Amino acid sequence: MAIAAPTAGQELASEDALFVMSDLTLRFKGQKNDVVQGVNLRVRRGEVLCVVGESGCGKSVTSMAIMGLLPPNSAQISSGKMRISSDEWDLVTDRLPAELRGNKIAMIFQEPMTSLNPAFRIGNQIAEVVQRHQGGTRAASLDRAEEMLQRVGIANPGQRLREYPHQLSGGMRQRVMIAMALANEPQILIADEPTTALDVTIQAQILDLIADLRDETGMGTIMITHDLGVVAEIADTVAVMYGGQVVEQGPVEEVFRNPQHPYTIGLMSAMPRLDKPGERLAIVPGTVPTISNMPDGCRFRTRCAFATSYCSKRPSLSDIAPDHSVACHYAPLEAHVRVSA
Amino acid sequence: MRDDVILEAVDVVKHFGDGGNWLSPKPPVQAVDGVSLEVRRGETFAIVGESGCGKSTLARLLMRLLEPTEGSVLFDGDEVSHAKGEVLKTLRRQMQFIFQDPFSSLNPRMSVGKLVGEPLEVHAPEMSTEDRRAKVAELLRKVGLRPEHAGRYPHEFSGGQRQRIGIARALASGPKLIIGDEPVSALDVSVQAQVINLLGDLSRDLGLTLVIIAHDLGVIRHMSDRVAVMYLGRIVEIGTAEEVFATPLHPYTQALLSAIPSIDGASRDKKSGVLGEMPSPSDPPPGCRFHTRCLHAQARCKSESPKLQGADHQVACHFWKEIATQPAPAIPSRRSDAAEARFALYRAATTGGTVIHHDETATKRI
Repeated sequence: MAIAAPTAGQELASEDALFVMSDLTLRFKGQKNDVVQGVNLRVRRGEVLCVVGESGCGKSVTSMAIMGLLPPNSAQISSGKMRISSDEWDLVTDRLPAELRGNKIAMIFQEPMTSLNPAFRIGNQIAEVVQRHQGGTRAASLDRAEEMLQRVGIANPGQRLREYPHQLSGGMRQRVMIAMALANEPQILIADEPTTALDVTIQAQILDLIADLRDETGMGTIMITHDLGVVAEIADTVAVMYGGQVVEQGPVEEVFRNPQHPYTIGLMSAMPRLDKPGERLAIVPGTVPTISNMPDGCRFRTRCAFATSYCSKRPSLSDIAPDHSVACHYAPLEAHVRVSA
Repeated sequence: MRDDVILEAVDVVKHFGDGGNWLSPKPPVQAVDGVSLEVRRGETFAIVGESGCGKSTLARLLMRLLEPTEGSVLFDGDEVSHAKGEVLKTLRRQMQFIFQDPFSSLNPRMSVGKLVGEPLEVHAPEMSTEDRRAKVAELLRKVGLRPEHAGRYPHEFSGGQRQRIGIARALASGPKLIIGDEPVSALDVSVQAQVINLLGDLSRDLGLTLVIIAHDLGVIRHMSDRVAVMYLGRIVEIGTAEEVFATPLHPYTQALLSAIPSIDGASRDKKSGVLGEMPSPSDPPPGCRFHTRCLHAQARCKSESPKLQGADHQVACHFWKEIATQPAPAIPSRRSDAAEARFALYRAATTGGTVIHHDETATKRI
């Protein structure tokens, strides 16, 4: 299958990018289709990139690849280069060093209960991460842990250090996860659906916390989410994924003001809106095909109302406005099609 | 009881646990603590609140899946909170439940035909096999599946399709009322829209009354006619969806609404949030249960529990008149005109319009 050359290539050279992933393509052993295909991502200092898409779009696999957490036996990376400030790795040949994880890149997950060890005290779990990467004494690491708890807004950090995960609420556990992730001052924070398991009022608190910490430390953040509301809230740039491909990418203002890809438009119209109640929701027909049933070319074409036979050729991600790129042969739609009732 | 009320709860209380013993006292969990509400015939009634507020317990009480500790539930004017035997069986036929998780609520070893036909076997045992099969086919069509799906098993379906199967199963006994506990929250946005549309169509076409339990305020605004907002086992505000969303009176409702991230450009007001987290329902604060997180709390809130006041739009707050409510500012759409045109094209194309490409050759960009 011919894959169009990434047009975002020239961006890779840009100096201000803190993190660059270029042309990541991978598949799992025994499957005939790529689960992630030609994905380019870039994050500048102090920037939040949101990767948005539905289940099965490859957003979590992409984040695992960035962390180097994919099982090497079953995940076959066929192309992909990753750069963090001045260090670069070719993901096809290199294994990401373990020192990277928890140090330069840190990750927080959706369900904080399953990511904390229930048998150890909070303080020890944070201190372990600090000691592993920075050395120093246990006492110094515990001090650092207490400082981090304070910083993520946990009251009584000295006492919380000695508590176990089950003694904390969901929002507090997510704060602990953030404290742990940031203890070594990573350059990149990957947050995989960090607020999905939380209530809206707690979600608002956690999003504010992430934004504050971003402002303080200048870290780059890659947030994986399915919630366009969260994207609008916190993102600077957004990448919309479908079926392992990035279909639209750009500054969040621009993408929401001027969405181009039929999938982005479909997602936005399918969201119930507070200001237009009762109006019948537009839908994205059908469901996401399984990876072995993915069509070639544009993977959205089986659910796209505007697809033609031409869409079996993969559209390249090309600029429609500065920094705003879209992978659709028929963008902008209104210039290419009309609909008769 | 008024004629247009199909389901009514009167001072319903549900406490779990017996308090332990004197050696290890375990305070009972006060999941629902004095809730009264009326669901009117044919309306969609929503109960909203954060996890732990007791909304699922309330739904199960309304369904008579749980018996209340105190108070009563009336369905069509009859007391049903302790219904048993034949009465309960009749009740089950008239009230059905849709569950949140379409993956665990369907028996994986039963075919779809059997799953949807099972309620018929129970509630209409006199029906012949032939008729039952025809009825199952009709139900599947009604929820947007195909009759030939009857021979397949749940694992062969996606989440949205499984939720459709759950809905067909709920419809099988010909109920008057369906209670959905987070019926769409496990689904992806694009699929969620399909199920929301389906529920709307069904309630209109079949004249069903829907009670929807949800935490997603966007979904609630979209689907419901009236809304009850719950906090720690009590209803703090109740009214038409329009009023509650446009002029929320209770500080908790205001905080909930301002916490929703919106894609329409109106950024969340960071100052009007709530403090901290919800206290445990086994040790709720005295007085107004929200006072520990309320920005407007005063001495009276700590001692005296507010009652619901008002006629149609009711609120349980001592100071709701003093707490100024500014109507939400009209949100200017931040979409460009070209984008609006695109949205219109999309809607037209997905609702049966014919797509015509201007120039098949000139548009090809590669």
